[in-house]
This record gives sequence, structure tokens and C-alpha cells, in this order.
Amino acid sequence: MTISKDEVLYVAHLARLEIPPDEMEGLASQIDDILSYVATLKEADTNNVDPTAQSLSLVNRFREDVVGDTLGSEKAVENCHDNYDGMFVVPKVVKS
Amino acid sequence: MKLYELSVADARQKLDNKEISSVELTKSVFERIDEVEPKLDAFITICKESALKEAELADKMISEGKKTPLLGIPVSLKDLICTNGVRTTCASKILENFIPPYDATLVEALKKDGAVITGKVNMDEFAMGSSTENSAFKITKNPWDTKRIPGGSSGGSAVCVAADMSLVSFGSDTGGSIRQPASHCGVTGLKPSYGRVSRYGLVAFASSLDQIGPFTKTVEDAAMVMNTIGFFDPKDSTSFPADTPDYTSFLEKGMKGVKVGIIKEYIDAQGIDPEIAGAINKSVDVFKSLGAEIVEVSLPNTKYAVPAYYVIAPSEASSNLARYDGVRFGTRVETPELIEMYKETRSKGFGAEVKRRIIIGTYALSAGYYDAYYGQAQKVRTLIADDFKKAFEKADILLSPVTPEPPFKLGEKTDDPLTMYLSDIFTISANLAGIPGISVPCGLTKNNLPIGLQLMAPSFEEGRILKAGYNFQCETDFHKKRPVI
Repeated sequence: MTISKDEVLYVAHLARLEIPPDEMEGLASQIDDILSYVATLKEADTNNVDPTAQSLSLVNRFREDVVGDTLGSEKAVENCHDNYDGMFVVPKVVKS
Repeated sequence: MKLYELSVADARQKLDNKEISSVELTKSVFERIDEVEPKLDAFITICKESALKEAELADKMISEGKKTPLLGIPVSLKDLICTNGVRTTCASKILENFIPPYDATLVEALKKDGAVITGKVNMDEFAMGSSTENSAFKITKNPWDTKRIPGGSSGGSAVCVAADMSLVSFGSDTGGSIRQPASHCGVTGLKPSYGRVSRYGLVAFASSLDQIGPFTKTVEDAAMVMNTIGFFDPKDSTSFPADTPDYTSFLEKGMKGVKVGIIKEYIDAQGIDPEIAGAINKSVDVFKSLGAEIVEVSLPNTKYAVPAYYVIAPSEASSNLARYDGVRFGTRVETPELIEMYKETRSKGFGAEVKRRIIIGTYALSAGYYDAYYGQAQKVRTLIADDFKKAFEKADILLSPVTPEPPFKLGEKTDDPLTMYLSDIFTISANLAGIPGISVPCGLTKNNLPIGLQLMAPSFEEGRILKAGYNFQCETDFHKKRPVI
């Protein structure tokens, strides 16, 4: 066993996911299967091998800091739950 | 022949010669959609009204002498490509009502060239899956056998082209999501090199692997489409500033002296369906008869490709999908406590496979496990890319199956995600290495199910596989076969 039910629950909490108790058993066993399978990676000899984050040899690309055609704040907030004057109105995050 | 059956190349000729109009072609496509869509469920959103307006505009542009490859051609889009003013759901409840306020660079390019957008098509939720069964909205059926999966994640796109409901469809390929459904539905599917087609406006699944590409009826059409979509885009920081070739210039006959590599580890792989192995062997003979030289190459780290992918892709996904928290946009479940709002929103908004991958990714990136999983997978990715570099010293292109098995039955693997993952074995490595791959039809099983042939080339050498695929289609007629729906 690679991962326990408690660990699945804890990781789900970190990812802000709720797992209903009746789904827990099945999910934990599927995740354990997958993690046991990917654990075969440990067998690969990666001494002196550099990691690849992406396949292109690109480094950060910057542009000139000039104003271009942009969406505009009114349009950018069109999909939000609530907006005010081109700004997102979000749920209260600080307790009073 | 009905107009909806036309290839892009043939339609282009008829449109430019004024034999047909884009309005006629578009109406024909919508008649076909009315006829077969109820049996196949490929579309999430159909854009008939706007498409007919775009077709009228295209006809005007044609009469003014404008010439572009896709002018007046009906195309559809996988529903994770942002379309200004048209709902883009990613087949997820969490984006059920999301209407993008901007167009993806791909869509901008299509509109600029006068393509006609027929609608947004079904997919596995957030492109996670190999069967399109993970859509929150509908189950898309394979037109060759409606009891079977069309493949995924771009299943709607493959079905759309296979059933003549659009001449072209655009999908995305993170681990095989263009090539595998193309193979299962008997159409041509191209995954370009990573960085070749802009990802700006493509909803992210695994950003270092995702790539947009076309589903078409022929390789010639794929080359024509690439002339509209394959260019450098400053809005995508991973768009590669490579020279943009005329992709149709590679469509020349002759394979003499071309070295075609057969991959030892793929031949030895367990569980390849004998009918698929047979069709691949016959495809090798086609290339031999065209004068190609067949060489054997080795990709010794193949056995680590699927495990590396199923660490890297979920890790990137868990990070990319953190934005769907109900705070600014997307579905929100109101609760008094903020943390409960996050949890309820994400739990109701995401389907089972997406949740599984978020949990795996979060675990692989968490303190104490990062080096063992994500770090090690990134190193293995280097080994896999190096394997390809060595193979391409011996061969100009590589040839392999696309999938180990023909399309399976709907529901057959939904309870067993790991078995589903293993069906990606021949396609995943190309994404890890960033190289282009194409799936072309190369046979039918005795049950009349399509088989695909995969051709791969080094990064930014799409020309080699377009040429090889074109030559293959000049010699064979599998790409001309259509399902009876």
C-alpha cells in the first residue's frame, strides 16, 4: 500500500476537495493503484540526469513594457459572480 | 457526392472556382448535423446562426478575390478553446456557464482567414481521459459502432470529422488526445510540435504537454490547415519562434531514401491486438514499396513513459485547476464559511477523473514526496527525450501503432482508470519529448473498426510526417472509407 485513506483525505483537503464517505473506499484504492504503478519510476537510473520542465530550450521571454490592446476591466469581469466598477467582488476572506 | 463529404482541398477548389458557395457548403454541413448528431452526440454548442453569417461573409471575401486555405470552410472546436461570446465549458460543470470575453489566438486566426465555426464539441472533462466518457454533459458515440467509445479526450472532434459534421475540427493533445480518437474514428489527426501552435486561449490541463492540432479527412488537408494555425504567437510564452514553412510544400511524392524507424520496444509491447499488428506490418510494406528504408530503433525508457506522464500531467493539472475555486468566476456553491465554499464548489463542479488527478498531482507535489515523484518524473522525461534524439540519428521518421487495441465498448473501462491510462502507451512519449505525431487510417478490423498508424518526427519537422502521411494516402484508400451511420 502506497497511500492510506487518511492520507488521501488529507491531500484532498489540501486540494480543497470533499470526498463523500461512500466514495472514499473506491477512490483510495484507485489512487493507491495509480501511485503504486507510477512508483516504477524509482527504478529508472537518473543519476547525473537533469530534469526537463518543458521540451523547448526556451527561457523566460519578456516584452517591452508598452501599453497594447487589452481586454479592458469591464470586459474582464463579465464572467464574475459580482462586480463593481470593473473590479471583482469576492466573498469575505477576513473574519471581523 | 454531398457537399458535406468534401475534403478541404476539394471544397477550396470548388469555392474558388465559384462552383459552390460557402453558404451552400455550410447549409449542407448543418443538414448533416441535423441528420446524424442525434445518434452521435458530438456537439456541446451548435452555432448555426453565426456560422451562416460567417459563410455569407466568406462568400463576399471570395468574390473580392481573397485567398486563404480555410476561407468559407466549416470547422468545429473542442470546447476548451476560448471563443469570444460563445460558451466554453471544458465539458465541466464548473465552467458550465463560462462565456469567454476573448478569442483564443487559434480562433482569431480562423476568423481572420474566414473559416466558418459550426460549434463547440464534446470532450473528456478538462481533456482528462481517453474515451470522452468523462464529459459532464453527454456521451459521444463512435460513428463506426455507436456502442463503442470514439476515443478521447478530443472525441467530439474526431466524430465530427468522421461523420462529416465539419470538414475540420480542432482538438488538443496532451498525451494522445488528438491521435488516439483520430485512430479510433478513422480520420487524420495531427499533433504538431510543442510550441508550434499558440496555446493562448486554450484552457490549460498540463501546460508543458498541451498542444492544439487539427482533425481532417486527409493529410493534405492537415497541411493546408497548418498554414492557417502554425505560427509564432507573442501572446504564448512557449510559442516557439521558428520559421513558419509553407506546410503544403512537403506534399510531394516519393519516399526513396527516407529512413523509417520501427521501434523495438513498441513491437515487443504486450497486449497489441493482432489485427492492429497486422495492419501496421502492411503499412511498413507500403513504405518499403515506395522506396523507403526500414530501420529498427530503440527507445529503451519506453516503460517509464506512462508512469512519468501520470505524475507530470496530474501535477501540472492540480496547479492549473486550483484557479477554479468559485471566487471570481465559474460555478460557486454558496456556504457561510469560505473554506467550505471552496470545497463544495470544487467537489460539485469537478467530475471523478478530474478529482482523482488533482489528488494525485497534489500528492506528487507535496512536501516529502516531490523529489520521489515529480522530480524523478522530470528526470525520466529527459531520458525519454534523449531516446528520441538517438533514434532520430538513425531514422528520419518513426512508425508505430497509435493504440494497442481497437475502440472499446462504452462503459467497459470507466471503473478502472489505470487500465484506461495504459491505452496511451504509444502516444504519450511524443508529448513528453515535445515532438510532432500524426495518426492516419491504415486499416479496418474484421468488426469494421478503424485502425490508425502513427508517424513521428523530430521537433519542428512536421514536414517529414506530412510528406510520409501524404505518400501513404496516395497509395491507400483507408482514409476514404466512411462509416454507415
